[in-house]
Amino acid sequence: MSVIAHDVYAGDRTPARRQQPTGFGMALHRAKKGLRSPTPYLMVFGIAVWLFAYWLLCEGLSLPRFEKIPGPVTILSDWISANPQQGTSIYTPDYYQHIYVSCRRILIAFVLATALGVPLGLLMGWSAKVKDYTFPLFETLRPIPIMAWVPLAILMFAGYETPVIFLATLASFFATTLNTMLGVQSIDESYFRAAGCLGSRKRDVFWHVVVPGAMPFIFTGLQISIGVAWFSLVAAEMVSGDFGLGYLILSSYVNSVTVPMVIGMLTLGFVGWFSSAIVRFVGNRLMQWHVKALAMQGR
Amino acid sequence: MTTTAAKPTAVTAPVDHAAGKSRVELKNVSRGFGEDWAREEVVRNLTFEIKPGDLTCIVGPSGCGKSTIVNMVAGYDHPDSGEILLNGQKVVGPAKDRMVVFQETALMPWQTTFDNVVFGPRLRHEGSRPEIEKEAHRLLEKVGLGEFKQKYPSQLSGGMQRRAELARALINRPLLLIMDEPFRGLDAMSRPLMQEFFLRLFEENRRTNLFVTSEIEEAIFLADRLVVLSNRPAQVRAVIEIPLPRPRQFHMMSSPEVFEIKRQALEILHDEAMKSFGGAAHFAHRGPAEHEARA
Repeated sequence: MSVIAHDVYAGDRTPARRQQPTGFGMALHRAKKGLRSPTPYLMVFGIAVWLFAYWLLCEGLSLPRFEKIPGPVTILSDWISANPQQGTSIYTPDYYQHIYVSCRRILIAFVLATALGVPLGLLMGWSAKVKDYTFPLFETLRPIPIMAWVPLAILMFAGYETPVIFLATLASFFATTLNTMLGVQSIDESYFRAAGCLGSRKRDVFWHVVVPGAMPFIFTGLQISIGVAWFSLVAAEMVSGDFGLGYLILSSYVNSVTVPMVIGMLTLGFVGWFSSAIVRFVGNRLMQWHVKALAMQGR
Repeated sequence: MTTTAAKPTAVTAPVDHAAGKSRVELKNVSRGFGEDWAREEVVRNLTFEIKPGDLTCIVGPSGCGKSTIVNMVAGYDHPDSGEILLNGQKVVGPAKDRMVVFQETALMPWQTTFDNVVFGPRLRHEGSRPEIEKEAHRLLEKVGLGEFKQKYPSQLSGGMQRRAELARALINRPLLLIMDEPFRGLDAMSRPLMQEFFLRLFEENRRTNLFVTSEIEEAIFLADRLVVLSNRPAQVRAVIEIPLPRPRQFHMMSSPEVFEIKRQALEILHDEAMKSFGGAAHFAHRGPAEHEARA
């Protein structure tokens, strides 16, 4: 057997490597790279196909059962018109009032649910005693649909604002707590052992193992939690409310103006998407180690 | 056979008086699990000693209770009867004088390599911050991770993770270093490199070491003594002294001495492995001789 050795470094005439760009340069680099991939084009194409199908059903062909539903052209022209035929557009102050009220409620509910749910979940996951005390009650209350809480919420809290916030908080509280608890339980025993022989006290284990270890689950929980917060907020606003996107949707329906109804729905979609994106962004910022671990797995 | 394992770089180390002077004794240690009516004994009446400055290797068939022994010596678990002594003092719980390097990596994935290494001393507030950090830098250079200090464990290769874990253990200057199948799962290329690297590290100051493995070759190459365990419940079947000189070299592994030790150990292990095979044992005709030919 003969071995032919190749000197792989012989023909190595790599030009000097470019420096890693920073700030704006990096953003530009990413944007260029993105535009060279098929992703943005496929996304645009996908949206166009769906919009066209929607237009065809409602406006192009006006199929039965669809003729009463406002099509994309009607909605868009009203949405960006200074004098909307059905009363709601980006030029009417009411529109922003609805968005603002809903966002404020979500913010309060989300902060409350996180401030209560994360610590409770951490304790439930970490201490068997705390779990024994709380879990049965928690699991009994959790499956109760938010709509079932509505009458009680109206009886318990005065005004429009507090019952709505209570309902949104409740829904996201359950999601956050449960995920946080599962997060702590998912932490590998070996990290606790390592911390043990390195001489950690209980408090150190909590701050250096339990909290960071549960972090990926906590943020998954927060993503779900902000989603269900929107879901229950709109439900609550439909029953009890004076402003808000849920109220806009229902009151438009009652007043037989279908365009603001759909505008309200689409706005909810955008605002909801935006809010989860913020949660995701914060999560990735806080968990660089997790982002890098996923990147190593090619995700 | 020559290998080019990264040699621990000579950086002047603070004198570690504890290294190589600690003795561990296991006296009639027994441990079982399960309720009374279905109690399974995992370790029975185990008595052996780890001499100061020795590297003692525990070998035994898989599932024989090696990890239970490690857990008890480390202090995570307690014997039902008998006692474990470190320098004459009874082991009661996990502490920094007995550092464990785990089977799978137990580096905190949310801390950088550097933060992992300084984790112990920082929490215990031992010494000033610059002192701790200086020592961490020294150890990381020594294990060849100087350029990976700010990387997260997931960004390191398996061999690097093992070395980072060694650094995290050594910074605490333990009296006993416990290694629980530390090189399992490493690929065929990095395993011998890690073994040689670890040998050089050990031979530098001969810190008393308890090394658990299921690979007989690895055990002979590294150890001063082998403690060969029986099938579950784990009992000492044999204690074999390895008379090879130090520093150990790979070529020593082809001496007739080693061949004879390996034969003895394999004979016992084969015997024990057959028992764990239970009813299926008669299907496996292979005697120790054939086993050896493959090893």
